[in-house]
Amino acid sequence: MGLFRRGSFSAILQKIFGKKHAKIGIYGPPNVGKTTLANRILRDWTGDIMGSVSEIPHETRRAKWKKDVKVENGASSLLMDIVDTPGISTKVDFKEFMNTWGLTKEEAKRRAKEATEGVIESIKWLEDIDGVLLVMDSTQDPFTQVNVTILGNLEARNLPVLIAANKIDMEESSPATLKSAFPQHPVVPISALTGYNSDTLYSTMVKHFGKKRKKKRR
Amino acid sequence: MTKKDKDIAFNLISRQKINGFTSEEKLNFIIKEVKHGKILVLEQGLTPMEQTSLIQRTMKEIEHDTFIGVEMEGYGEDSPTFLQKLLGMAKRPRMTLIGPANLLKMIKKDNDMIQTKIISGSGAK
Repeated sequence: MGLFRRGSFSAILQKIFGKKHAKIGIYGPPNVGKTTLANRILRDWTGDIMGSVSEIPHETRRAKWKKDVKVENGASSLLMDIVDTPGISTKVDFKEFMNTWGLTKEEAKRRAKEATEGVIESIKWLEDIDGVLLVMDSTQDPFTQVNVTILGNLEARNLPVLIAANKIDMEESSPATLKSAFPQHPVVPISALTGYNSDTLYSTMVKHFGKKRKKKRR
Repeated sequence: MTKKDKDIAFNLISRQKINGFTSEEKLNFIIKEVKHGKILVLEQGLTPMEQTSLIQRTMKEIEHDTFIGVEMEGYGEDSPTFLQKLLGMAKRPRMTLIGPANLLKMIKKDNDMIQTKIISGSGAK
């Protein structure tokens, strides 16, 4: 047996140079799979789930969080508070809930009102987190203003961002497009639905969010 | 519907005018104009922090039947040159298009081109 057990050297390095605890926000536009991913993370590490999922946009209209989720990567680990935030958008049209999703006028208006409050809450949470897991739909054009705005905001705050290129189980997905669109950030292709590549996501989360950084005050 | 209702107003806002505003004044100006059905082309757009504040303000202003939000599209920020960095100059926002979401729809966007279309029938008030 050597001086250090296998992997314990990296654990020692983490103790000296890394973070032990981080509050991580799961962000992104509506319907990219944020809650599906939050559920995947919680199921894998705590056996719990975060919330319900739906095809109808703005299913998550209040932020939900789970404290002290321990994610391991070999001998290293990171304790995270995972915050699942409502989808951020620049518009909310109650008629879309009626015409596309068959909600009654009353339900649609209530959902739209709650969705606007959810967007405001998501943005407020940016003040209080240490890092962001930004979920993008790898079947869609990555250059949406919401993606660009969130990334610009996080860069201005010097917050670490990890992009989860979700929905790679779908035939039309193109995680390579996401990687080339945002080369300045790590991009991990995943399927939150099937769990494909989630091990890579977890190891990247521990490495990326475990680094000590100085947050910029705003 | 009168002819005036169908007209669509584009306002091209100079860098000088935008720079003369505080962040709060910029947002007030944009929200006021967009709620009146105008499409704004800002020669110098908003910083990412201002864009986020605009989204928050927009959400507070949404009224189900009259204002469903904004469509906002711009290019990424200009990175300062080495010399500009030495002089303490920060990244600068580039041209940005902002309009009411019921009127303006983004079709395609990449690093070099923003393609939008106007949804007819709900012009400037």
